Amino acid sequence: MTTSDEILQEGSPGVTRGSPKAQASLRPRLSPSFVSWLQAGPMMLVFLAFFLIPLVFVVIVSFWDYNEYQLLPAFSGRGYTDTFEGCIDKLPELCTIGRTYVMTLKLCFMVWAITLFIGFWVAYFLAFHVKSKTWQMGLSLLCTIPFWTSNVIRMIAWIPLLGRNGLVNSGLVKAGLINHPVEWLLFSEFSVVLALVHLFTFFMVVPIFNSMVRIDKSLIEAAYDAGASDFQTLVNVIIPLSKPGIVIGSIFVITIVMGDFITIGVMGGQQIAAAGKIIETRVNALQFPAAAANAVILLVITFLIITMMSRIVDIKKEL
Amino acid sequence: MALPAALELVAVTKRYDTTLAVDAVNLKIPAGTYCCLLGPSGCGKTSTLRMIAGHEAVSAGDIILGAQNVTDLPPADRGTAMMFQSYALFPHLSVIDNVAFALKMRGIDKPTRHKRAGELLELVAMSQYAGRLPAQLSGGQQQRVALARALITEPQILLLDEPLSALDPFLRVRMRGELKRLQRELGISFIQVTHGQEEAMALADHIVVMNHGKIEQQGTAREIFHHPRTEFVARFIGGHNVLSDAGQLIAVRADQLGIVPFTDGAFGAPALLTQTEYQGSYVAVSLTLDDGTALFSHVPEATFDVNPFRPGDRVLATWDPAKAQRLQ
Repeated sequence: MTTSDEILQEGSPGVTRGSPKAQASLRPRLSPSFVSWLQAGPMMLVFLAFFLIPLVFVVIVSFWDYNEYQLLPAFSGRGYTDTFEGCIDKLPELCTIGRTYVMTLKLCFMVWAITLFIGFWVAYFLAFHVKSKTWQMGLSLLCTIPFWTSNVIRMIAWIPLLGRNGLVNSGLVKAGLINHPVEWLLFSEFSVVLALVHLFTFFMVVPIFNSMVRIDKSLIEAAYDAGASDFQTLVNVIIPLSKPGIVIGSIFVITIVMGDFITIGVMGGQQIAAAGKIIETRVNALQFPAAAANAVILLVITFLIITMMSRIVDIKKEL
Repeated sequence: MALPAALELVAVTKRYDTTLAVDAVNLKIPAGTYCCLLGPSGCGKTSTLRMIAGHEAVSAGDIILGAQNVTDLPPADRGTAMMFQSYALFPHLSVIDNVAFALKMRGIDKPTRHKRAGELLELVAMSQYAGRLPAQLSGGQQQRVALARALITEPQILLLDEPLSALDPFLRVRMRGELKRLQRELGISFIQVTHGQEEAMALADHIVVMNHGKIEQQGTAREIFHHPRTEFVARFIGGHNVLSDAGQLIAVRADQLGIVPFTDGAFGAPALLTQTEYQGSYVAVSLTLDDGTALFSHVPEATFDVNPFRPGDRVLATWDPAKAQRLQ
């Protein structure tokens, strides 16, 4: 006959019934909700300390006053009024800030449309034509190659390629396709869009691919069985079911491009105005309230675009 | 509904790289037949169904539906429709849009196709769920929707890939009855893939037992149960004992295998009774022959009670040689 005490001895040697050690093992465990807070905690703290609090400061500072050499911690709308200076007088012509935002939105739209187009088909190829998981992984990793070197090195590397006497121009001239080197290859909208597309297509590919691989292959067969052509299957089945990925990828690309100033600066030869560049210029001029005000404006506009996109698809449900 | 048509497979073969999935299968299914392709996984039954459906290219041979050779036609031009194993309902479309999908692909306007889809939903008693999304339906309800969606093209043959496997046992029996009723009402052929012999026997007018890409035997449920031709069929269809009688393999039905106390020299196979299980109307008795062959016998309760054997008893397993099936 084995008593429960003997079993206890066997399982936990040295623990006798009622001893402090045995009592300790009976103490309630950490509640599951506490554990999950603990897991999410570090990220939450980082967010709070380095994102939310600074953001609050930015909003506060945007309402401060300033002069040529110092910040004046008093409520003032000067950061905003300076930004929109002349906007009403000049109507119907656009003021500087208006034109800058039109330019930014235009770049943003072009990059978005091109990355979406390329990204969608790359994801489609990976999800539906590449059968083996290993190849899917390998080819996805290929898309990350642009991130293997620094942004700056990559952009500098393009100068000998796209420059006035660069490889492309001299090649075209030698081939007799053009008489004079073309100017718009570098330090132009073209080069900015090219650089941004090459960088951010990956951010479209990943979420769209993710949505696509989750599409049950039998759905495509079911569509085929119902007499759908390839195009009809694409429009009626694949695109609707890839929508979450399309929206998530679009949010990535749009938010990054809206705030970009380095790529636009370098590839645009510092000639192209962009929302991000205004902020940079103001910061360099030590006009922090004006910079903060511009940051708030950019934030609001980007937020509006994302809200509009989220309307198209319920991201919470899809994640 | 379209006129029912007969289906004929002529030496239909499917090769995948090096393996032969379906090996020159010849099969005739008359119009309006409920046919089950029965076999273990990997026997080629699903490949055969998918070739009939047009979702798998035929490596060699012909598929003839009615008066038309459909071997190289796309699914929608064949007059077949397929119901997929996982139902494959479009998760982003409501029930009615799922059912109307094929009509939308044909460019039929919304009121017309919704009216027709509504009729089919009525046929499967799902009218009140027309506005729901598939995720909001139970397994059985999803199946009805899948059925309605397949039928909207008015196929001559409905192809069903393990339609009942995703359902729980209770629902499986009920949906089985509904499939049979629907097939009778529509008068078209249903060709169903299954690995459950019970399901096949309950449903099919014509059972095709497949193994290793070939048809082992075909016929009505009774023909196959009464006269299994090969050891594989006898074992797969269930309810049969396969034993060796003077070097000849024979199949003896479990309910026709008798048990008598052991007596030297009498007809029968000496065996050790290993287990008895009470099953209500009969007692399932397990036996082991001296050569190690496991047998089972279904003894009617009343017969068993006359002479209740116990595990460990030495007995003779007997059968009527006239009823035993000689196997090839």
